[in-house]
Amino acid sequence: MRLLDLKGRIFLAALAVLAAGAALLNLVLPEGAVLHVPNYMVGLIGKYLCFALLALSVDLVWGFAGILSLGHGAFFALGGYAMGMHLMRQIGERGVYGHPELPDFMVFLDWKELPWYWHGFDSAWFALPMCLAVPGALAFLFGWLTFRSRVTGVYLSIISQAMTFALMLAFFRNDMGFGGNNGLTDFKDLFGLDLKDAGMRAGLLLASAAALAGGYLLCRWMTVGKFGRVLVAVRDAEQRTRFLGYRPEHYKILAFTVSAMMAGVAGALYVPQVGIINPGEFSPANSIEIVIWVAVGGRGTLVGAALGAVLVNYAKSFLTGAAPEMWLFVLGGLFVAVTLFIPRGILGEIPGLWARWRDGRGHHG
Amino acid sequence: MAVRNAIFRLVLVLFAAGACLAPGGGSASEGIDAALVLLAEKSARKRQAGVEALAASGHPAAAPILSAMVDGKLYYRKDDKRLFVVAKRGREFDLFDPVAGEQAGTAPSKSLKKVKVNNRLRRAIRKALAGLNLTHADRGLRLEAAAGLLKSADPGLRPALAAALESEADGDVRAAVELALAAVDIGPDSAPPARIAAAKRLGASESPEARALLGRVVGDAKTDAAVREAARAALQQIEDRLELYRQFGAVFQGISLGSVLLLAAVGLAITFGVMGVINMAHGEMVMVGAYATFVVQELFRTFAPEFFGLSLAVAVPAAFLAAAALGVGLERSVIRWLYGRPLETLLATWGVSLVLRQAVRTIFGPTNREVGSPEWMSGAMELAGGVAITYNRIWIILFSLAVLAAVMAVIRYTAFGLEMRAVTQNRPMANAMGIRSRKVDSMTFALGSGVAGMAGVALSQIDNVSPNLGQAYIVDSFMVIVFGGVGNLWGVLVGAMSLGVVNKFIEPFSGAVLGKIVILVALILFIQRRPQGLFAMRGRAAEL
Amino acid sequence: MKTMMSRFRGLAAAGLFAGAAMVSAAPAMAETIKVGILHSLSGTMAISETTLKDAMLMLIDDINKKGGLLGKQVEPVVVDPASDWPLFAEKARELIEKEKVAVVFGCWTSVSRKSVLPVFEELNGLLFYPVQYEGEESSRNVFYTGAAPNQQAIPAVEYLMSEDGGGAERFALLGTDYVYPRTTNKILRAFLHSRGISDDDILEEYTPFGHSDWQTIVSKVRAFASEGKKTAIVSTINGDANVPFYKELANQGVMAEDLPVVAFSVGEEELAGIDTAPLVGHLAAWNYFMSVETPENEAFIEKWHAFIGDEDRVTNDPMEAHYIGFKMWVQAVNQAGSTDVDAVRQAMYGQTVTALTGNTALMNVNHHLSKPVLIGEVQDDGQFEVVWETDGPVVGDAWSDYIPESAKLTADWTYPWVCGNCEKPMF
Repeated sequence: MRLLDLKGRIFLAALAVLAAGAALLNLVLPEGAVLHVPNYMVGLIGKYLCFALLALSVDLVWGFAGILSLGHGAFFALGGYAMGMHLMRQIGERGVYGHPELPDFMVFLDWKELPWYWHGFDSAWFALPMCLAVPGALAFLFGWLTFRSRVTGVYLSIISQAMTFALMLAFFRNDMGFGGNNGLTDFKDLFGLDLKDAGMRAGLLLASAAALAGGYLLCRWMTVGKFGRVLVAVRDAEQRTRFLGYRPEHYKILAFTVSAMMAGVAGALYVPQVGIINPGEFSPANSIEIVIWVAVGGRGTLVGAALGAVLVNYAKSFLTGAAPEMWLFVLGGLFVAVTLFIPRGILGEIPGLWARWRDGRGHHG
Repeated sequence: MAVRNAIFRLVLVLFAAGACLAPGGGSASEGIDAALVLLAEKSARKRQAGVEALAASGHPAAAPILSAMVDGKLYYRKDDKRLFVVAKRGREFDLFDPVAGEQAGTAPSKSLKKVKVNNRLRRAIRKALAGLNLTHADRGLRLEAAAGLLKSADPGLRPALAAALESEADGDVRAAVELALAAVDIGPDSAPPARIAAAKRLGASESPEARALLGRVVGDAKTDAAVREAARAALQQIEDRLELYRQFGAVFQGISLGSVLLLAAVGLAITFGVMGVINMAHGEMVMVGAYATFVVQELFRTFAPEFFGLSLAVAVPAAFLAAAALGVGLERSVIRWLYGRPLETLLATWGVSLVLRQAVRTIFGPTNREVGSPEWMSGAMELAGGVAITYNRIWIILFSLAVLAAVMAVIRYTAFGLEMRAVTQNRPMANAMGIRSRKVDSMTFALGSGVAGMAGVALSQIDNVSPNLGQAYIVDSFMVIVFGGVGNLWGVLVGAMSLGVVNKFIEPFSGAVLGKIVILVALILFIQRRPQGLFAMRGRAAEL
Repeated sequence: MKTMMSRFRGLAAAGLFAGAAMVSAAPAMAETIKVGILHSLSGTMAISETTLKDAMLMLIDDINKKGGLLGKQVEPVVVDPASDWPLFAEKARELIEKEKVAVVFGCWTSVSRKSVLPVFEELNGLLFYPVQYEGEESSRNVFYTGAAPNQQAIPAVEYLMSEDGGGAERFALLGTDYVYPRTTNKILRAFLHSRGISDDDILEEYTPFGHSDWQTIVSKVRAFASEGKKTAIVSTINGDANVPFYKELANQGVMAEDLPVVAFSVGEEELAGIDTAPLVGHLAAWNYFMSVETPENEAFIEKWHAFIGDEDRVTNDPMEAHYIGFKMWVQAVNQAGSTDVDAVRQAMYGQTVTALTGNTALMNVNHHLSKPVLIGEVQDDGQFEVVWETDGPVVGDAWSDYIPESAKLTADWTYPWVCGNCEKPMF
């Protein structure tokens, strides 16, 4: 299998056009011009792309290794918190209380000094790697414990849910030093550049697009080669793979850790674009939603996962404004309909449709 | 100052006693007129003076007036400030003249104004009522009065208490009066030997007030050393007992929490454990049961308010049927097409859960709905200061065990249960034996949903009845099932109870939040050690 | 019907997004004045916020019936941020940038306000925030129409310590673990210290959101209360957790005259879910109660019942805050002759409105209101009865005097200060 098939090339091209186009049309054209992309749209697209990367990370483990994680929101949020901590430290003296070191919420909780785990986050060289390292480490630990004791299927899903639930409760606690329910907010700038600046926004959008493209290539690279084939073998028949001399748990741990790091990157890019990170991101409902994006787009198709994330989130953005009292019916109905009528997801069904169409034509011709 | 105060009170009490002896109420009614005028005053202070004067008058109408006042049923007419006890009937009030002791017709609610009470007045009224009722013919009222006087510990009441003790024949009331007397005697106005004796008596008592009184003496550095020592010893005695009760209380609370978890999880044990459906809409089935309870109670309130006590008994089958019907609908329309694909049932039922929540929000509104507790479920049994066992928790524990037993009986002893087990263990074989497995699936799902609905009845007694009700329990329910072992009802029982009890023992040390986190982490680690839970079971679920 | 219009318009506008062409929507016709309503209609906060959305629709409907504002109709734009905090920011941006609303009425939780704050400041929008909150904030773009801690918590505790309130000497501070209870309790602790109450007589406990098992904590508080001194509970328990809390109190037989609870987040709406007969005498501190007898309030309640079509629906303090906020905004717009945010903001200062309690509410230069504080007692019909009231209006204090870091800060958005958190004037 080639690293880039037709689907992948279309995907990357569309992504490049979308991101570059949106950024350019936003920056170059004056406001009010016919083709001008408004600022809020830039932020929105950036957010969707982060969600797409997150969906991609879930598809890597669910679509190819058969691990249905109901806790991927945790990795996303941890990446986000790592970035959020960096952004908080960047505020410096510009907080409301003007404390040179402590974030505002610590000042009014009467904390006298920075907790040890906040040290280092003032430097981007430390904070950015942490966006990968923290989720990666947690995933490795979780995977190491779980996959080696051969916890699979539904059990795994439920304890991954327990993990994110426990983290949510922990981050809700003000004593943890992560801002409690309010989380981290009121960010000012990143790399010395104002987050409100249009150029910065476009830059973040492009960075998200690049991360998504990179994530896609990484997933492809991992899934098309020998590693990918073993992974699929683990998904379809773990026992047999084991009998063939492979160590399924090693493959699963690696895939799970890489996936968590991708989710962490998505979270890190998400936070400066939406301006807040709070424990709500850990809620089990969020993690279930990510899985639904993948299911809608097509499990095991990668591109489909990204597409599903964008479609579902666009539907949510649109419906919460257009039908504020009915949107849950529509969205809930959509999830039921997708599972019942297109169980393989949008992109999963297309090859079948294509084949049927081609066969139909063949008969006639 | 204190002595003068005591003398003043003594005079008041003597006056009251004298008034009691006076034949008829005629001569006293002038005194109470002045008191009654004070009750309609705007200032709380004047109203309190009115209450005290009324109590001191000893007029036969005093007790009914005061109890109407504390119940919020005492009104005064705006034009002449005359007092009435009212019975509300819409915008018209039925008036009762408490002084004359006769009905006084009706009046529009606008022409009357309520005699306001605040907490300070409430305390004064309860004290006054207790003083008045101490020699009442009714034993229950005397007991209540003695308990009430324990709270106020007013030295001015010593003569009245002593007199009551003199004339009292009933053992329980005597004990209560003696305790109230001890509460007076431990005060700084008494002589040290009396105080020491009082401390001993209080030390043997279970009431929270005894602990408070002793604590006050121990905390007061000006007290005589011997008295303080006696109080400290008595307090220690109470603390020791309390420690024991606290342990017991924690076990009880743990079992009670466990019973809630059990109720929430039993239904899931059927749909998830037996059928392998990851039903994310399970919480919403519980919610449907709670709303069914609300509807049943509304019907009772409208059509048969006198039988309100039975409403929960009717709500149980109603909730079962409502949730079961919804379950059948869900099974026929969605779940049926997804058997053998457990993870996809998760996605579809999540969608169903969103729709159900929003539907309830649309039908019943987004706010909480009131579900009342019948008389027989309210109240608590006081074990010792601060440790109480509430009746509704006892009922919920019993109810959860009854539900579990009923489900087990259905599975074990009925034809349907047999078919259900057959289909679970070997579907093709069951089909071959003539069992209509599709129908069994429907019925099984209906049973699981119906049981969740019954859980809703119980949860409506302790939690919000709101569209979010189900969400609060879904994660916990799955934890219980996984911990106990999928497909095993005994596992669910043991799992729920042990999680509940452990949680309640951790909570006092760690706080509620950290306690829950510790439990979750422990659970994750436990699953690594025993991936099949406490009790593993073979069956369709075992291959998930 | 106005919302339907906006929905269709939203549909049309959003349809343009679908094509990647990104044609920006044609500038909206300016025949209406748009007012954004940013309250959760789904998720955990829908329980409280939906009512506020309805109240806003009623107020807007009302003004349209009277001929609109500046000769134009007022058009509500309702969105559902779904109790999802980042979505609040997204929706706020959508309201200001895309819908071009003149003002937004919305938010309930502190975190939702914190989430939208940067958006309003960046785009120079205008937000009216109607809920009592922890203070420690004064944004140029937000008017806070709910109570600050000194307009709720401190008077309530003063009342508890007074003779009428029972002369409490010991306090159990129970709260949900988030910023409002934490800050309020911090302020209260400092206040209690200033009144000579030591740390031994203060018990502070926090629980997670939606906490439903109160057995342990109620037992603990009862033990704390039976140690000799007169005790009171100060509750900053939030939302859903209140019903199980009060049910547990009632079942354990806690009587208001022995151990009163004063709550800052429990209003008529929250009590609607509980049988209040065993709770009579427990307290709440607000700036408004439905039971207040004034002509304004009676008219408001009548209108509300007619609008919502249900005689049983209650009114509450945040609704009154929106009532005050909306009236003030309308007055300011009329005075400024436009809906331009800067002009309206300038016109807002010193604006007065007769509140539903019959008192005059005044908008101060720190963007907080001056209004009186009422203490109400729970009645058996689920209403509150006012038992105490401050002598006059209390000025909402953005920065608490009881927190050393914030005591030195001043919020004043007029010349020469022009600042929300400064130690000295900007000019």
